[in-house]
Amino acid sequence: MLSVHLILFLAFGAIALAGAINLLAQTHPINSALSLIAVMAALAGEYLLLGAEFVAAVQVIVYAGAVMVLFVFVIMLLNAGVEERTRGSRVALLFGIPGTLLGSVLIAWVILQHSATGSVTAGAWGDRVSQLSSQAVPGSPETIGPLLFHEFLLPFEITSILILIAIMGAVVLASKPPSAPVLPREGN
Amino acid sequence: MPIWPYIVASVIKSAVVLVVLLTAVAYTVWLERKVVGHIQNRWGPTRVGPFGLLQPLADGLKLLIKEDLTPPHVYRPLYIAAPLIAIIFALTSIAVIPFGNPVVVFGYSIPLQITTDVNTGLLLILGVTSIGVYGVALAGWSSNNKYSLLGGLRASAQMVSYEISLGLSLVGVLIMTGSFSLRDIVDAQAGHFWGFIPRWNIFTGQFVAFFCYLTAAYAETNRIPFDLPEAETELVAGYHTEYSAMKFAMFFMAEYANMITVGCLATLLFFGGWHGPVFGPPIVQAVLPVFWFAAKVFVFLFIYIWVRGTLPRFRYDQLMAFGWKFLLPLALVNVIATAIAVTW
Amino acid sequence: MVPLSYYLVLSGILFSCGVVGFLIKRNIITIFMSIELMLNGVNLSFVAFAAHWHALAGQVFVFFVMVVAAAETAVGLAIIIAVYRTRETLNVDRVNLLKL
Repeated sequence: MLSVHLILFLAFGAIALAGAINLLAQTHPINSALSLIAVMAALAGEYLLLGAEFVAAVQVIVYAGAVMVLFVFVIMLLNAGVEERTRGSRVALLFGIPGTLLGSVLIAWVILQHSATGSVTAGAWGDRVSQLSSQAVPGSPETIGPLLFHEFLLPFEITSILILIAIMGAVVLASKPPSAPVLPREGN
Repeated sequence: MPIWPYIVASVIKSAVVLVVLLTAVAYTVWLERKVVGHIQNRWGPTRVGPFGLLQPLADGLKLLIKEDLTPPHVYRPLYIAAPLIAIIFALTSIAVIPFGNPVVVFGYSIPLQITTDVNTGLLLILGVTSIGVYGVALAGWSSNNKYSLLGGLRASAQMVSYEISLGLSLVGVLIMTGSFSLRDIVDAQAGHFWGFIPRWNIFTGQFVAFFCYLTAAYAETNRIPFDLPEAETELVAGYHTEYSAMKFAMFFMAEYANMITVGCLATLLFFGGWHGPVFGPPIVQAVLPVFWFAAKVFVFLFIYIWVRGTLPRFRYDQLMAFGWKFLLPLALVNVIATAIAVTW
Repeated sequence: MVPLSYYLVLSGILFSCGVVGFLIKRNIITIFMSIELMLNGVNLSFVAFAAHWHALAGQVFVFFVMVVAAAETAVGLAIIIAVYRTRETLNVDRVNLLKL
């Protein structure tokens, strides 16, 4: 019962939960950002446990290593200070936390009731994976690559256009507004 | 391999590699001071020991006993954590780098790599490089100093921008090899053309990728010509302005450890890793690949230092324009050309 | 081995932490980070199901979620910078009038 798999799952899960709760508990955004990075790193460990090595690597490189750097940049640039408590936040605390707690306990109970037979094991994978060499671990880049470029080619191309639009949007939104043109003086 | 010999072997390998790496970092500093000194027509350190060879020892001792001052208005948790992050991730990427063929000790075949050969070794190194950006950014911000903040922001923006070109320049090698595992990449470079030209990736078409990689790596490690974020004449000292003694030493060590990692990766990916003439009795044959690997890494360190002594530094906007408008398209073109060449 | 439901419960808890953060936090950057936490929780359940049903499509979908999250972060942070430039505050309770 107490296999290495379970111990590692619990360890990474504990780190992820601690990070998530710390994100809520901290008042300074930089501490929240660092807790979120800890959550992402712990989730990368969970993905490795589930055999998704490419996704784990992409999580570390892209999510924890680039997206969160962007967050940290903005927090540093805008010099975001400690949060203040307002009336709206007190009301939200009063209703939000019990409500969400109730909802999540309900969902967890339903899931555990129906937990049935499922356990994460190896087995026969889909068609395309079985065509590849037997050494390729499902979840390694060799197996995800063909999927990305054959079945999922259209979403792949659309997301690349999406990134292009996001780059253009970010550059336009964050650039300085053009200053008023200086009118030429009369005389001279 | 059974679990206990594996653990013992890993612990011994980690200890040996750590000691060798930290000594190499210290003596890279010595090498830099001597080489830059000679380029500038002066001697460099000569007084402490013959040829100044004990200078790193003296420097280390000084940094250990120097007063470790924490300025009053810094954000203390991050101020202390930032150099730790920098050095931990600089040293972690060595864990997946293979140094030679597996050796047989007491009947167990031990790979010369701290971990066993990871399928996605190269992705791990790229990931660790991405996380290393935080050391710089957090150091700059937590110092509560406008020069540090600017230096930290500039350095992290530079590192994130050049990471992309770094990754793309390696994709050419990956297309040719078909695997992310570092050992497979080196094994694919065994053999010779026409008997004497080794089948290294730099000779089989990845020439442009090599220069792309080297330039992006110089920017990643914040070395001249891309070291504006830590230049004394521009930004006081950039993101490590407020650091003294041991914390500053950690940033310094992290920078040189990153240089060594870059050199190791360049030899593994483009120069055939540990392949070289092997001869002699079995004990020499086991050691010789590691020697060739170390020699090639040394050549890269020398080139790093040579470039540092020779080139002026880029201005920040020139640096970013170079990274986005020249290096990234060049790496993309290399990927496309390699893909076309491989399919035909 | 670890049952699938354990992964789903962890994913659900992370998602609800994200929802709670979205509701109770007043700093707009922290709200944005709670959204990222929600996305991460969902990614975990995608990967868990991909492993359970031996369908690699789950992992490919996680890849796309990450890409879309990155694009959304870029644009969202640019909007935050633009809002900060005009309103001089990052507190959402203070950005409640169309008039400056």
